Amino acid sequence: MMVPVLLAASEVNVALNVAFGVLAVVMIGAALFVVTTKNVVHAALWLVIVLSGMAAQYLLAAAEFVAVSQVLVYVGAVMVLFLFGIMLTRAQIGAEGNLNNPGWALGIPVALLLLGVMGWAIIDLFGDQTIEEAPGGASTQAISDQILSPYLAPFLAITFVLLAAAIGAIVLARKD
Amino acid sequence: MFAVNFFLLAAVLFCIGVYGVIARRNAVLVLMSVELILNSVNLNLLGFSLINGNIDGHVFALYIIAVAAAEVGVGLAMVMLVYRNRRSIALDDLSEMKG
Amino acid sequence: MLGATGWFLDNAWLIPIIPGVAFALIILIGKRLPMQGSELGVASMAASLVLSVGAAYQWIQRVDDAGGHSEAGTLGLIAGFGRSLTAAQEEGAAYVQPVIRSWTWWESGGASFGYGQHIDGLAVMMLFLVAFISLLVQIYSLEYVRGDRRYTHFFAAITLFSAGMLVMVLGENMIQVILGWEIMGLCSFLLIGHWWEDEANSTAALKAFLTVRVGDIGLLVGTSVLFFGANDWTQENLGTSGFSIQGLSAWALSGEASETVLLWGAVALFIACIGKSGQFPLHTWLPDAMAGPTPVSSLLHSSTMVVAGVFLVARLYPVFWEAFSIPDVSVNFIVVIAGITIVISALLAFVQDDIKKVLAYSTVSQLGYMMLGLGAGAWLPAVFHIFTHAFFKCCLFLCAGSVSHSGSHHSFDMKRDMGGLAKKMPITAGAWIVATLALAGVFPLSGFFSKDEIIDNVGHNGYEVFMYIALFGAFLTAGYMTRATYLTFFGEPRGAAAHASALEAAGAASGRAGASPQNDASGHVPSPGGAADPALEEGRASAGQVGVSPLEDRGVGGLSSEEDDPADPALHGELATAGLAHADHGDAEHHGPHESPKLILIPVCILAFFALTAGFTNAVAFGEDWEQFKEYVEPIAEASDLEAAGAAPRASDLEAAGAASVRSGSSILNDASSHSVSSPAPVQEEGGEEEHASGCGYTAPEEGGICFFPAVSHAEFEWSKAALSLIVVGIGLVGSWFVCVALYSKRSRSLVGLTQRLAPARWGYNFLWNKYYLDHLYEQRIIRSIAHPIARGANWVNQNVIDGVVNGLGIGGRKTGGWVYRNIDQRVVDGAVNASGAAAGGTGHALQPVQSGKVNQYGALLFGAAAVFAIVLVIVNV
Repeated sequence: MMVPVLLAASEVNVALNVAFGVLAVVMIGAALFVVTTKNVVHAALWLVIVLSGMAAQYLLAAAEFVAVSQVLVYVGAVMVLFLFGIMLTRAQIGAEGNLNNPGWALGIPVALLLLGVMGWAIIDLFGDQTIEEAPGGASTQAISDQILSPYLAPFLAITFVLLAAAIGAIVLARKD
Repeated sequence: MFAVNFFLLAAVLFCIGVYGVIARRNAVLVLMSVELILNSVNLNLLGFSLINGNIDGHVFALYIIAVAAAEVGVGLAMVMLVYRNRRSIALDDLSEMKG
Repeated sequence: MLGATGWFLDNAWLIPIIPGVAFALIILIGKRLPMQGSELGVASMAASLVLSVGAAYQWIQRVDDAGGHSEAGTLGLIAGFGRSLTAAQEEGAAYVQPVIRSWTWWESGGASFGYGQHIDGLAVMMLFLVAFISLLVQIYSLEYVRGDRRYTHFFAAITLFSAGMLVMVLGENMIQVILGWEIMGLCSFLLIGHWWEDEANSTAALKAFLTVRVGDIGLLVGTSVLFFGANDWTQENLGTSGFSIQGLSAWALSGEASETVLLWGAVALFIACIGKSGQFPLHTWLPDAMAGPTPVSSLLHSSTMVVAGVFLVARLYPVFWEAFSIPDVSVNFIVVIAGITIVISALLAFVQDDIKKVLAYSTVSQLGYMMLGLGAGAWLPAVFHIFTHAFFKCCLFLCAGSVSHSGSHHSFDMKRDMGGLAKKMPITAGAWIVATLALAGVFPLSGFFSKDEIIDNVGHNGYEVFMYIALFGAFLTAGYMTRATYLTFFGEPRGAAAHASALEAAGAASGRAGASPQNDASGHVPSPGGAADPALEEGRASAGQVGVSPLEDRGVGGLSSEEDDPADPALHGELATAGLAHADHGDAEHHGPHESPKLILIPVCILAFFALTAGFTNAVAFGEDWEQFKEYVEPIAEASDLEAAGAAPRASDLEAAGAASVRSGSSILNDASSHSVSSPAPVQEEGGEEEHASGCGYTAPEEGGICFFPAVSHAEFEWSKAALSLIVVGIGLVGSWFVCVALYSKRSRSLVGLTQRLAPARWGYNFLWNKYYLDHLYEQRIIRSIAHPIARGANWVNQNVIDGVVNGLGIGGRKTGGWVYRNIDQRVVDGAVNASGAAAGGTGHALQPVQSGKVNQYGALLFGAAAVFAIVLVIVNV
């Protein structure tokens, strides 16, 4: 379903759209592997691909700072966390048979239903809206201005969340 | 470039994440699916930011990244705690809250 | 013009806040205080009283200023925080603007709900009254409920009760009125059921609550109806919401109000008043409410609760005035209800043996007078009657409480446990008699001035029939009060009052180990009159002389008083057992009839003093100078528009000369002309038409003018008319006295047992004794006629429809049919219980899998539901 949309969009900016399409296909495929693979470690590695692709998409959307943060935080830190988590909770590295729920098939209709609704709503709402040209990109300075003046309160909240999360993770994972 | 591209990609990733949350039995895999969902939301935010021509979406995407990091940290710590106590992180074994 | 406001007027809203806060404090920390929280209640009421007196004083100043500077025309200050009243700017010459402040509480859909204060003469009078009576009652309660097991609770409830009434009294809008109204309803429930261990009490509390609730529906309906009728008009003309009392008043008088809306709104509100003020046919809860402690009854029946209904009518008087066309008709809904109430409750009071029930019916009857006055256009006398009635009725109740507290061992039965108490409780008896005479309306006492004014004005305003009903009611009032007085304070002492209830007590308390030795002793100790003779059955005549004189001056002797008559210890012992309730306050010196302690006597005496003198605040009989109430309480009806200065001459066209000086408050001209302050047209029999043609409430106000109060007229006082009512009252008093003497003391053969011998008398007595079978009607007929057909219909459906279906199924085979029949029948019989149980259980079981404890399923549900709702949203919005 992406293909016709991409073709239609090609007249706007070919290079951008081609890049987007390729990345999108890769990401979707990788995401599908994340949720279907029988090997936990493989799933984590597929997730790395999705997150990296996401970072590339951010670049396409002219969000350099976010893209860099994505790479640093997700691809770097979070994925390492995941791998450690997998290692600490699973002796077995190879494939296993029972990674899915007995009722896993329920997920398919629910996901398709959601996809249908959201897709319909999105096409209905933004079907023919174009982004003229990717703007030069938000400078890091602009983002920091935003964060530190109008969005200061959520920023402070985030700091507390991170602090609490750090303490909480230590407390939870501590051996005693 | 059509704005709809980002949103559709985000929707697809979101739904894949939803499927993962529903279908997966391993707690770590569920957390990964949640990451997919969060990332799709980020993509959405950046798409809106492009449409509106401001950078509020960027700010929120950063916040979400931060929250996601915190969430993964705590989530994995919980998973490890569960594993230590039960030698298993299969979610269908964790049904003490069953009614 | 607007007079001075002052701190007390501006901050009158504090008056209910203080007891409200005190209530919270009593509930929270009362038990830990040295006096268990009662000091907080008393202190808060005292503070409220101080503020009320201050407000009253400043209000009087304000009115004086307004009278003195009426031509100045300076714009007054309405200290409104939330909004400015346009009416204030349009202030005219005569109408003294109430001190209104309001704050917006919340807004919803264009309707704003405010809270605030609306202080005018009526509110000031009621504030003073409520605070004053509440304070006295609380002081009285200090002694009366001492040692009660829920002492703190009692004071908390009674304080909140006063707060509720105060909230209602100064309410600026109907929402606030409803708030106060409901607070009182709740507190009355709590207080009437104060001793809820006794089932009768909790039943009475429930009955009071539910009966009043029936009426309260009317309040809600009426408020809503009036709000939707008036809101647009008030928003446009006054900038207030349709809940505002002032707005409603102005709207009703504006001539633009829909007749139908007004009528139904007023009827609904009046139904609420019927419930609250115990008017026929919802008066049945009031006597039962006597189950509460006496201070509660006294507070309920004098200045709060029951007066709330009358107050509401007085407050929203323009609404009722217009809705029932009060000036133009000779009979309307209000007066009919009121007239019926006066007579039937007065008749009922004759057959009560319980002293408090006599007073309760008396209250109902007096409320009927107030309603009658309001219904017949005699606003001021009715309000005045609220004022005077509060004093003497409160006094009467407190006297009754005093009698039962110290004289009759917590019995309220006049025939069994009282009599001859005047000698032993002289102060109580004196206060009682003063209050009784005031209630009956004997000349210089307060009741005369108010009641006679009502009767007079009712006749004057064209409701002659009801004037005679009221006169008849006055006769009855004098009669039953004399009966109650005689039974309580005169004649021979009986029962507990005579200490002769020893035998019954001995029988009743034989199980009480500690008491029985003394009881035994009583049989052997000789006593002068043989009162302690075990063979004494009734203990009437002989008991009368007994134990009285020895006990008379004993205040401190108690059980161990050696100087007393030998019979005393025995009697005391018996009484200790007789007065089971005495365990409550358990000090030995309280045995036997004696005068009550000071804490009880002081409030009683203060009230008696007011019962004696309150009438002089509006003693029409003595001329204009004595009519303080008219000057300060009654709002002056005048269209307050910018041309108001011109409006006064317009009204006084008939009297070319000096009309303007009438405006300026010259009482001389008022004397010469009508007593209707608003419309100087003379009140003459033939001049009625002109009078009705001018002034507010008879015609719509001029264009742009806003009228807040109808032009009520006042009858001229004439001694000849007063003499008539005095004669009637005199006949009632004297006649009743002789009948009482004959019946209860001389036991005249022709009278005693008359109700058994004579068929019509018996019938009438039974009719009254059963309270017109109204309770019977409510409980047996109405409830059954509603509940039973439903039950029967359900049964019919069970028997015919379901069984028919069952039989139909059974056609296939007898055995199968029989089995099915039994099966289904079983279900029918077990009925709803099993079905509902099964439904609940089934739902639980059906939903149990959902609560699997599995995160994945929860996730699936969550996202699935989100998707479904998103679809719904899309479909709805497309």
